[in-house]
Amino acid sequence: MSGNIELLTDTLAAAKAEGRAALIAYLPAGFPTVDGGIEAIKNVFDGGADVVEVGLPHSDPVLDGPVIQTADDIALRGGVRIADVMRTVREAHAATGKPVLVMTYWNPVDRYGVERFTAELAEAGGAGCILPDLPVQESALWREHADKHGLATVFVVAPSSKDARLAEITAAGSGFVYAASLMGVTGTRESVGAQAQDLVQRTRVTRAGLPVCVGLGVSDAVQAAEVATFADGVIVGSAFVKRILDAPDHASGLAAVRELAGDLAKGVRGQA
Amino acid sequence: MPSNYFFPDPEGQVPSSEGYFGAFGGKFIPEALVAAVDEVAVEYDKAKQDPEFARELDDLMVNYTGRPSALTEVPRFAGHAGGARVFLKREDLNHTGSHKINNVLGQALLTRRMGKTRVIAETGAGQHGVATATACALFGLDCTIYMGEIDTERQALNVARMRMLGAEVVAVKSGSRTLKDAINEAFRDWVANVDRTHYLFGTVAGPHPFPAMVRDFHRVIGVEARRQILERAGRLPDAAVACVGGGSNAIGLFHAFVPDEGVRLIGCEPAGHGIDTGEHAATLTAGEPGILHGSRSYVLQDEEGQITEPYSISAGLDYPGIGPEHAYLKDSGRGEYRAVTDDAAMRALRLLSRTEGIIPAIESAHALAGALDVGRELGPDGLIVVNLSGRGDKDMDTAARYFGLYDTDAEVAADAAATAEIEGDAK
Repeated sequence: MSGNIELLTDTLAAAKAEGRAALIAYLPAGFPTVDGGIEAIKNVFDGGADVVEVGLPHSDPVLDGPVIQTADDIALRGGVRIADVMRTVREAHAATGKPVLVMTYWNPVDRYGVERFTAELAEAGGAGCILPDLPVQESALWREHADKHGLATVFVVAPSSKDARLAEITAAGSGFVYAASLMGVTGTRESVGAQAQDLVQRTRVTRAGLPVCVGLGVSDAVQAAEVATFADGVIVGSAFVKRILDAPDHASGLAAVRELAGDLAKGVRGQA
Repeated sequence: MPSNYFFPDPEGQVPSSEGYFGAFGGKFIPEALVAAVDEVAVEYDKAKQDPEFARELDDLMVNYTGRPSALTEVPRFAGHAGGARVFLKREDLNHTGSHKINNVLGQALLTRRMGKTRVIAETGAGQHGVATATACALFGLDCTIYMGEIDTERQALNVARMRMLGAEVVAVKSGSRTLKDAINEAFRDWVANVDRTHYLFGTVAGPHPFPAMVRDFHRVIGVEARRQILERAGRLPDAAVACVGGGSNAIGLFHAFVPDEGVRLIGCEPAGHGIDTGEHAATLTAGEPGILHGSRSYVLQDEEGQITEPYSISAGLDYPGIGPEHAYLKDSGRGEYRAVTDDAAMRALRLLSRTEGIIPAIESAHALAGALDVGRELGPDGLIVVNLSGRGDKDMDTAARYFGLYDTDAEVAADAAATAEIEGDAK
């Protein structure tokens, strides 16, 4: 069974055709529980997200700030397994028909086995994967299996990436490119720097037609609206996680992420 | 004029251009760090070609660090090692009290050449942190040291030393609150502040070029030891023995001996409470290949790639990874790695203190315990060089608690009984 890379590509193209940016949300699997995490993702889709990235929690999340570290920690202490991540992808996609990606670090995939991981992710209806500590020059094995199973390989680019390097990355990537808005780890920020717009422009010219979506630091509708003026998609993670962490109970957490998704969906349509 | 202390690019032993030692190494880093890591590689390549770099480093090695370090024969200790002759390479006598200063001074010079004004580093036992804080004071660089919260408690003396030297010490409260987590936090800082900051990595792990570069700065240990043992004993040793956490002091000692096929290279990993208890940090003995902190090597992990929490009484060895060149030496059979328990290391620490008047770091005591076994295996004709990578002042609180050296009669009495046991061993 082939993965849903085309669904991802079509979804981003449809947003573009509507003259808006896509809303891409991130939530870790197993947080606060496996079933609770699946419900949260369904609520985020219902609120208006176009795409969801499901985090596969890792013991050593070196690119994540305190909010996602805390969520990963809760999920791992709850005993989340890769099978639970696959179930999360399957149920979130089956319930909504929308594209679902996995975001994680390279060691869990390497250890699980690249063929086994890509085959299971495709079978679960996944659309692709983001592996932020797997740089393009180490990615040949991953891409071989991702391509075979119809999964997108979403690379991250950073403001420090030089133009030649951007060209190398976009040539190898598929689905979209994740442009980090700033130099730093995940987490909410007061503002998204001007360097994000520069990075999107520099990335776009290297490969026409490959969407460039911006993440890191985006947390509210105003920021989403600002980023939507120059990017093909807006990625929001820590702000969703924080809504669940701060909620007094699970039901209000679900309502809070649904509401945030609704606000952000307006933002990406320029209605902040 | 060739350098007496800096020996980069040993013939036939450099990693590949992508930083691979066989199947191990590489560069598994976030895109945000690619430019910075590439800059380190380019600047290091330039420095290797520049006689001025070697001249500056040589001057520091002689007049600041106090190199060459002594090679001390320890016959009373060796009486417990089956009668083999045992020599200690005295990296504990370097300025700051460990081998770490060799690498730190090299990278501090590099930091200056890159025009960066701030240095960050991780530390376990505090030896690398102290050395880094020292070099930053010397070079006028801002310095932030990340240290696991558990380690700030068990190595409180070194925390005070770093602060005295002007460094900011950040106690890391995530994960296992030890060395691994300190490295995670240092990487997070680096990603956010890479413009003006150099990550002065303290061991032979991490992304390329760190494993090769840090090794090069420590090769002086083995080059000196090889020359010294030939002068003193008239032949090469049967074994070179060192403790391994990340592996920097071990690779420093081993490397000059790699072409000498008759010299066994023996690394001593921390077995903690014993391999079968699961409470250990013996990565090469009990780990599997995986990716941690920027390179592929052996790591302690579960079947789904989650890193497992290591344990060792020694903060400097309490790490679930290992430098990729050690993984390569292990798989190629050139290196031998064995595990030494907390108890064996602590017994060796006390034995060296009482037979030779040298108090070793708990890290180095793992190598001493290994050497006792190797000596017994070799017998009276054996000849062993052990890297005494650091001194034990920092560990006196841990040792005092372990042996009951604080003032209560019962503990002093128990200690006297233990002394008798050591003397009994010698017969």
